[in-house]
Amino acid sequence: MTRSERCLLNGDEAVAQAAIDSGVALGTGYPGTPSTEILERFNELGGKAQWAPNEKVALEVALGAAYAGGRALVTMKHVGLNVAADPLFTAAYTGVTGALVVVSADDPGMASSQNEQDNRRYAVAAGIPMLEPADSQEAYDLTAEAIAISERWHIPVLMRMTTRVCHSQTIVQRRALPRPAAPPSWQRDIQGRVMIPAYARPAHGRLRRKLAEIAAWGEQSALHRELPGDDALGIITSGVAFMHVREAAPKARVLKLALTYPLPTDAIRRFVDSVQRCVVIEEGDPYLHESIRAAGAEVTGKPEMYRFGELNVARVRRILAGDTTPEAPPPRGKPPQLCSACPHRVTFAALSKLGCIVSGDIGCYTLGVLPPFEAMDTCVCMGASLGVGLGLRHVLPPDQARRVVSVIGDSTFVHSGITGLAEMVYNPPSTGHVVLILDNGTTAMTGLQEHPGTGRTLGHEATGKIVFEDLARSLGIPRVHTIDPATDPAGLERTLTECLASGDLCVIIARRPCILAAGHIKQYERQATAGSRGEGCKTEVTP
Amino acid sequence: MSSQVVNVVFAGLGGQGVLKASNILAQVAFASGKAVKKSELHGMSQRGGSVSSDVRFGEEVFSPMVPDGDADYLVVLTLEEVENNRRHLRREGVLVTPEAIAVDNLPHPRSLNIALLGVLSKHLPFSREAWLTAIRASLPEKVHEINVKAFDMGRSGQPTSADSPAMRG
Repeated sequence: MTRSERCLLNGDEAVAQAAIDSGVALGTGYPGTPSTEILERFNELGGKAQWAPNEKVALEVALGAAYAGGRALVTMKHVGLNVAADPLFTAAYTGVTGALVVVSADDPGMASSQNEQDNRRYAVAAGIPMLEPADSQEAYDLTAEAIAISERWHIPVLMRMTTRVCHSQTIVQRRALPRPAAPPSWQRDIQGRVMIPAYARPAHGRLRRKLAEIAAWGEQSALHRELPGDDALGIITSGVAFMHVREAAPKARVLKLALTYPLPTDAIRRFVDSVQRCVVIEEGDPYLHESIRAAGAEVTGKPEMYRFGELNVARVRRILAGDTTPEAPPPRGKPPQLCSACPHRVTFAALSKLGCIVSGDIGCYTLGVLPPFEAMDTCVCMGASLGVGLGLRHVLPPDQARRVVSVIGDSTFVHSGITGLAEMVYNPPSTGHVVLILDNGTTAMTGLQEHPGTGRTLGHEATGKIVFEDLARSLGIPRVHTIDPATDPAGLERTLTECLASGDLCVIIARRPCILAAGHIKQYERQATAGSRGEGCKTEVTP
Repeated sequence: MSSQVVNVVFAGLGGQGVLKASNILAQVAFASGKAVKKSELHGMSQRGGSVSSDVRFGEEVFSPMVPDGDADYLVVLTLEEVENNRRHLRREGVLVTPEAIAVDNLPHPRSLNIALLGVLSKHLPFSREAWLTAIRASLPEKVHEINVKAFDMGRSGQPTSADSPAMRG
C-alpha cells in the first residue's frame, strides 16, 4: 500500500497505522475491548508491540521509552487507566523527552465493560492534553497530532476514544507523517525526572505553564472545526457525537472540538455569541457542558437521562428537542454465554453444587454468573476476587467464611491477582482461603491474547513463562493443586471440597486450554519448535 | 441525505459470521468508490450472544450507526433474531433471512452468511465480480470455492417469500 492510498480501517487500526507511519518505537498495553486491536495491528504492520502484565506496567514501560527519546504508544480500555493512573499523574510532572501517547478506549453503553466511566476527567485531573477523534481518519490524524504535541511540549497526551470510534470502519487517507527527528539516546535530567518533593514542586509549576501554552495554541489551532450553518442553533460537540449531530441537525452551525483539554474557551465564547441558542452534545458525563459553563458561556447541556448509554442520531434529535419522555428500551436479544464445551462449565457446576460464596473476577468466566450456574457473587474489577474474597473471610461467621472461594482467570491473575496472593499469605483469614485459578491458557474474553503465563509474546513467539504453581509455592502457600476440569471433573470437586474443609491457604489451578484457543496454541507450539531449529541453523553459519 | 445513503443491518448470533458478512459488503462498497461506514459491537458477542453490524454507503455518510427504522435491508442469519432486530427496518425495507435459500443445499453450513450476501446482492448495484473479489480477500483460500458456490446459490435463487415485496417490512 502506498502512502497516498485510501483504506477502510476501524479506529483502532487507524491509530496503529499512524503509529507505524510516525515511526513509533514501542507500543505496549494490556488487552481490553475496545482497544485490543491497536497493538495487534501495530504488530502485524511490523511495529514493536508488547502485552504488559497490566496497564500500570505498560504505561511505565512506555514512559521509559519516552524518557529515552523514543516515540511510545500505550493502549488500554477505560478501566485500565484506573490501574495506570499512578504513573500517569506524575508522568505529567516529569514530562517526556520523546513522545508518549496514552490511548484510553472508553465504552459508553458498556458493550463489554463493568462501568461507563468517562476518562475525559483524567485529562483534567492529571493535567495532560486530550484529543478526541470522531472517526478513523481523525484517529489517524490525531495520533500524529498527539505525537507532535507530546514532543513539542514534552508532555504525555491522552487520546480518548470510544467503542463506536474504535470499532467502526471508515475511510482513511494516509499521508507522509513526520518521522522522529533523532534516534533515542540517554540524556540525564535528575531534577526533571526524579520526583522528590524538592524537584516535584517546580515540576508542577512547569506542567501548568505548559498547559497554559497549549491552551493558547489550541485557540488558534486548525484542529477545531467550525461548520457554517443557520445562526438559530449552534452545537458544540466532540468525538462520534459530531457525526450524529451532522445527521440529526444538518442546518445547525457546529463547533467540533478535537483538543478537548485544555479547551479553547475564547473560541467557544465567540461561537456561543454568534448563535441564538447553543447546545452541547456529548456522550457520557457533562464534561464539556460544565467546563464551558464554568468559562462563563451560556450553553444548554443534555438532560440527565442522556448521560447513560451511547448517543445516536435519534437521541441527538431528542436532546435538541428537549424531549425527556421515556425511551423505549431496545429488545434484549440473546445474552452471551460460556461456550458449550467450555472447561469453565465444569468448574462453575462444582462451585454451584458445593454452595460456594464466589468472589469473582473479570473475563469470560464472569458469565458463570448467568443461569444455569449463577455461581458468582461479586465482580468488581481486575484482580478484586482475591482481596474481596479475603475480606469476606475475615468478617463473615466461620460457617459462611469457609464457603468463600476467589475465582480468577489466568490473564487476570497475572494482571493483578499476584499481589492478592501476597495479601493472603501476609494476612491469612482464620478459616484459611481457597483461590481457584481458571487457567485456559489465553486471554479469552478479549479475543485470545497472550500473557506472561502463556510463555508467548504478543506475536505468539516463545518467551519467558510464569509458572503459577511455582509462584504460589514460593510465596509460602501450603496447598497447591493442579487439575484438568475436563478430564477429571470429580477430582476438581473432591479437591475443592478438601481445600474448603482444610482451613489452609490453598491455590487450585484448573488448567485446560480454552476450546477456541486450543488449536492456535498447538500451532504456536509447533512453530516454536520449528523456529528454534531455524535459529540454531542460523547460528551455525554465523562466523 | 438519507435518500442518498443505503443502510444495511446484519444480525445474528456470535459465531455465525455476521461481522464477516458486513465486512465484505463494506469492502465491496468501498471498492466501488462510495463513502462507507461500518459499525459493530463485539467483545462479549463472541460468546454466542446477539450480534449486529451496520453498513452505510453513499455519497456522504455521517453517523456510523443506522438509525432505527432507516434500514433499507435487514439481513438476519437466524430466524430467532428477526424480532429483536425488526425495528431497524424501514417500512418498505427488505428482510433477508435463511428462508430465502434452501439451507439444506448449502455447500457448507458455515457458508450461510455468504449465501445471504448473495441474496442481498440482487438488490445492490455491485457486479458479481466485485463481490467475489471481496469474498476472496476476506476468507482463507481453502474455503473460496465453497463460499463462491454459496454466494451464487443466494444470488441466483428465485425470490422467495422471505425477500419478496409482499413480505417486505
